[in-house]
Amino acid sequence: MSEIADKVKKIVVEHLGVDESKVTPDASFIDDLGADSLDTVELVMAFEEAFSVEIPEDAAEKITTVKDAIDYIEKQKSA
Amino acid sequence: MSSTLSEQPKGNLMAGKRGLVMGVANDRSIAWAIASACAAQGAELAFTYQGDALGKRVRPLAESVGSTLVLPCDVSDDAAIAETFAEIERVWGKIDFLVHAIGWADKQFLRGRYVDTPRDAFLKAMDISCFSFTAVARHAAALMPDGGSLLTLTYLGAERVMPHYNVMGVAKAALEASVQYMAADLGRDNIRVNAISAGPIMTLAANGIGDFRYILRWNQLNAPMERNVTLKDVGGSGLYFLSDLSSGVTGEVHHVDCGYHIVGMKNPNAPDINAVSSSD
Repeated sequence: MSEIADKVKKIVVEHLGVDESKVTPDASFIDDLGADSLDTVELVMAFEEAFSVEIPEDAAEKITTVKDAIDYIEKQKSA
Repeated sequence: MSSTLSEQPKGNLMAGKRGLVMGVANDRSIAWAIASACAAQGAELAFTYQGDALGKRVRPLAESVGSTLVLPCDVSDDAAIAETFAEIERVWGKIDFLVHAIGWADKQFLRGRYVDTPRDAFLKAMDISCFSFTAVARHAAALMPDGGSLLTLTYLGAERVMPHYNVMGVAKAALEASVQYMAADLGRDNIRVNAISAGPIMTLAANGIGDFRYILRWNQLNAPMERNVTLKDVGGSGLYFLSDLSSGVTGEVHHVDCGYHIVGMKNPNAPDINAVSSSD
C-alpha cells in the first residue's frame, strides 16, 4: 500500500473513530463507516491539510469511498 | 484536526465570568477559538448548537473545557431561544458575556449573481445571520444586571463586494448596523456590543462559499501581513472584547484580517492566481 493510502486510512480511522480493519478501499464513508454529511466535509478538509492539496467542491462531492480519496490525492500529487 | 485549546495563553482575565457561546461546529470554528481562549483565562462556558449532527461535535469540545451546559437552540424559533435562556437563568442566574457565531444562507445562492437572490432565500439569510443576534442579545441583556459583553462575527463582504458572498454580505451589513443600534440601546446598562470582522478562515461554514480557496490564497498574498489570520489570532481578539480589557469599547466592528481591509489594490509583488474551482 502506498504512503498516501496509509495516511488517508489513518486520517479516516482517527476522524471517524472506526476500527482500522473496516477502512478498506471500497468502504463508503457514509454507508459503511457511519459518517454523516458533515464528516465527509471534515474529512476532505483534513485531507487537504494533510497532503497540501486543494480539493474543490465538485471533486469533493465525488469522493465517497476510501479509494476515491486515495485516487484523487495520488493524481494531484503526481500532476 | 487542529485543537486550539492547548495553544491559548493561560491566565485569569476571565476568572469569575460566565458566558454562552452559540455556534461552535467543530474545533476549526472561530467560535471555538474564542471559547477556548476564554476558557484558558478562567471563564466558565455554556454552549448551544443547532441539530444533532452539530451537537455530537460540540459536546466533546465543551467537555474538554469543563462545560456541562450544552443546549440545543434553533435561533429561528423564538420559543426555542426563550427556552435556552430560561435554562441558562435557572442554572447560572446571570451571565457576563455572549458569543454569537451564527450565520446561514442557502449555498445555492453563495455563487453566481446576488441580484438573482429570491425573496425566501434573502429573508432566511437575514433571519438567521442578522436577526438572531438581536433576538439573543435581548435575552442575554436581561441576564446581565452587572453589565456584560456581546460579540458577533462578521466579514469584510459586508462593506465591500467579495466574490460569491452575495446575500451573506447584505445580511452581514445589516448585522453590523444592528451592532451599533444595540450598542446605543444597551450602553447605559454597561452592556457592550461589538463585532469581529475576521479574515477568511477555512471553517466548516466557509466550505460552503464558492471558490473559498481562491479567496484564502488571494488574502494571503495581498494582506499587509502577507498571511491569513489564524484561529488563535481571532481567539485572542475575542478574548479582548469579552474581558474587561475592552471595558471602554462598544459599537465597534474590529477587523482581525492581517490588515486586508485597508488594501485598495493587489500587492505588486503578489502573483496573479487562477480560481481553483469552476463550480459556478
